[in-house]
Amino acid sequence: MLRRLHSEQPESFAFTADNQKWAEAQLTKYPEGRQASAVIPLLWRAQEQEGWVSKPALEYVADMLGMAYIRVLEVASFYFMFQMQPTGSVAHVQICGTTSCMICGAEDLVAICKEKIAEKPHTLSADGKFSWEEVECLGACTNAPMAQIGKDYYEDLTAEGFAHMLDDLAAGKKVVPGPQNGRYAAEPKSGLTSLTEYDSGKTQYNASAQLASDIGDGVKRIQGDEVPILTPWVGKDGVVAGRAAAEAPPKAPEAPKPAAKQAEEAKKAAPAKTAEAKPAVEEQAAEAEPETLKEARGGLPDDLKLLKGVGPKLEETLNTLGFFHFDQIADWTEAEVAWVDSRLKFKGRIERDGWIEQAKRLAVGDDTEFAKRAKKDGLYDDED
Amino acid sequence: MLKDQDRIFTNLYGMHERTLKGAQTRGHWDGTAGLIEKGRDWIIQTMKDSGLRGRGGAGFPTGLKWSFMPKESDGRPSYLVINADESEPGTCKDREIMRHDPHTLIEGALIASFAMNAHTCYIYLRGEYIREREALQAAIDECYDKGLLGRNAAGSGWDFDVFLHHGAGAYICGEETALIESLEGKKGMPRMKPPFPAGAGLYGCPTTVNNVESIAVVPTILRRGADWFAGFGRPNNAGTKLFAISGHVNNPCVVEEAMSISFEELIEKHCGGIRGGWDNLLAVIPGGSSVPCVRGENMRDAIMDFDYLRGELGSGLGTAAVIVMDKQTDIIKAIWRLSKFYKHESCGQCTPCREGTGWMMRVMDRLVKGEADLEEIDMLWDVTKQVEGHTICALGDAAAWPIQGLIRNFREEIEDRIKAQKAGRKSAIAAK
Repeated sequence: MLRRLHSEQPESFAFTADNQKWAEAQLTKYPEGRQASAVIPLLWRAQEQEGWVSKPALEYVADMLGMAYIRVLEVASFYFMFQMQPTGSVAHVQICGTTSCMICGAEDLVAICKEKIAEKPHTLSADGKFSWEEVECLGACTNAPMAQIGKDYYEDLTAEGFAHMLDDLAAGKKVVPGPQNGRYAAEPKSGLTSLTEYDSGKTQYNASAQLASDIGDGVKRIQGDEVPILTPWVGKDGVVAGRAAAEAPPKAPEAPKPAAKQAEEAKKAAPAKTAEAKPAVEEQAAEAEPETLKEARGGLPDDLKLLKGVGPKLEETLNTLGFFHFDQIADWTEAEVAWVDSRLKFKGRIERDGWIEQAKRLAVGDDTEFAKRAKKDGLYDDED
Repeated sequence: MLKDQDRIFTNLYGMHERTLKGAQTRGHWDGTAGLIEKGRDWIIQTMKDSGLRGRGGAGFPTGLKWSFMPKESDGRPSYLVINADESEPGTCKDREIMRHDPHTLIEGALIASFAMNAHTCYIYLRGEYIREREALQAAIDECYDKGLLGRNAAGSGWDFDVFLHHGAGAYICGEETALIESLEGKKGMPRMKPPFPAGAGLYGCPTTVNNVESIAVVPTILRRGADWFAGFGRPNNAGTKLFAISGHVNNPCVVEEAMSISFEELIEKHCGGIRGGWDNLLAVIPGGSSVPCVRGENMRDAIMDFDYLRGELGSGLGTAAVIVMDKQTDIIKAIWRLSKFYKHESCGQCTPCREGTGWMMRVMDRLVKGEADLEEIDMLWDVTKQVEGHTICALGDAAAWPIQGLIRNFREEIEDRIKAQKAGRKSAIAAK
């Protein structure tokens, strides 16, 4: 099935205030720099709010997560629960059609959808209230055949019962989800064969149906104010305990921004540069240019890659700046480090990786841990 | 039959109190800190001794899997990811755990994470299970409220968080590396292995992915001892197991039973027998859609465990999702529907699977109608062999096996249908 953006798109999209709050709360689940993880939950909430995922909604979510639009479109078109076209105003009906349900009568349910809603799936009914599709296994196989309408599973269906249910939904009547044949959950219909002493009979419905009945949002468009937004994992001090206890995961590679965005940002940044130029010069006052060489002494440069933190790229940059030997680096003063730092565009790296310390040892012919490893593993042999 | 006091999931049907208090009266969250105090090595050794094999389908020993995680952190955090993307056709066991007995899972997550040096656990729930997500989240919130999660979880001194995450309807995300990709906010396309997740998984950090049931049984095993758990089932197939029986039995249900129970006992005790009696049994898919079907007459005495189903019947226990089909079933169509499922769910990354699943479905299409030649059965067999084993993940294999099972067990039916169709055509021409 082709899944692409619908031909007619709304002008704009925005989360309701509560949904926005909810979405921001979701981001706290993931480590810093990994917000993209939230793309599916956020897109899903957008669909719950609007009934389907539109282009503005994709872009809204992408902007919120700092993702390229195409990455979000990829996700939306890959996962089949995302509706790429408008759905029925009351509900979108999903019939499970995979083997367990099929051999128990799912085809009769599909026939009813064709008759009552539309001949073809993903098509609005004449009154615009419903749309339907046959989906793959919904994971309620012992309660076959079944259908998902809105948030809820309607199980153990019969063709007549299902037709009746659609009429009730269209009329805005309340239908309790769950098994429709008198069963409670997934126990044998004829009565319990196990766990008999645990039957306390305290709650009216099984967990799913009880929630549906308590919250009453089965086919509702979700606004975010139905249930309180909770983030119990964020402590009173704003710290997520488990994350703070563990070491930080490696930084996410920076995602390339959409081209349009880059152009936009470049435009914004351009005038700002001249304005900032002056203070920048003042800051640089603490810098001093170290002694540099035009070329390596005797044409034999040291292998600067043996410094931890220096790769082939940085080595090249250092060479262009005029550094070829460990002893040069070992002699840098603080002001000179600042000078190099500002040209490497890796603020603080020299200090963090302890270049000078390393260079001092390498210059006198000692080995460092990293240099030993780099030599042994042929870390940079490919480039040579 | 398994006694009620030996069942781990005592609120499987949700008829008892579902709150934390209810769970505690049933024995969960009892002495959790004490279990953790016994240390990482003890937990992993006990899990190994219990003989628990992963409940997600592949049956890999859980304790052994845990021992692959790095003992010391190299600066990267470790993660436990719980695979709750239950979408193998026929399988609906984890759903019952998550909505009715969620505390078994949450407590298991804490202990398992501690054993693997993880402070964070993500539960990846399938997108369609919306109420199950709400029920599980409510249970998690309650645990935070009572100090069982978060800082110094359950008084164990271990800081621990559980985050609920969900997908959006992709079967492939049940594959562990596809699940990790999806959790990172990408399309669910499986990664090449190695590196294995225990080396570089979620966010490039050491990660173990376990099925819901594998994790949820952990606390009870630790509390009652490895010997207790290993006492059920035949050697190498230890423990109790949730079976989900669907299709043509009188009372389809999810039930916890001892491993290595006979198929007949399982059906007679819990499902009220086969619809129309045992003589009416045509075929059984014993472990979810990915395993080959078995002829009914071979199934009656079958022992429901990993080794018997694989060794004796050429099938598998998989997720223990038993799909029963009686003689009124069109078996070719039933398997065709699975082919359609796999075609729909192939992620499209590997060519043999992307093209092969569509190819197989279209041939199956014609076999259902009988509009094919007899040679095409062998050709279809060949195609399944071309797909099997030639893809990054096991979806290609899973798409091939049901068809192989059909051809192996029901070749006559396919041939009869083709012949009947041919004869029908001929007589129609003769009548002209």
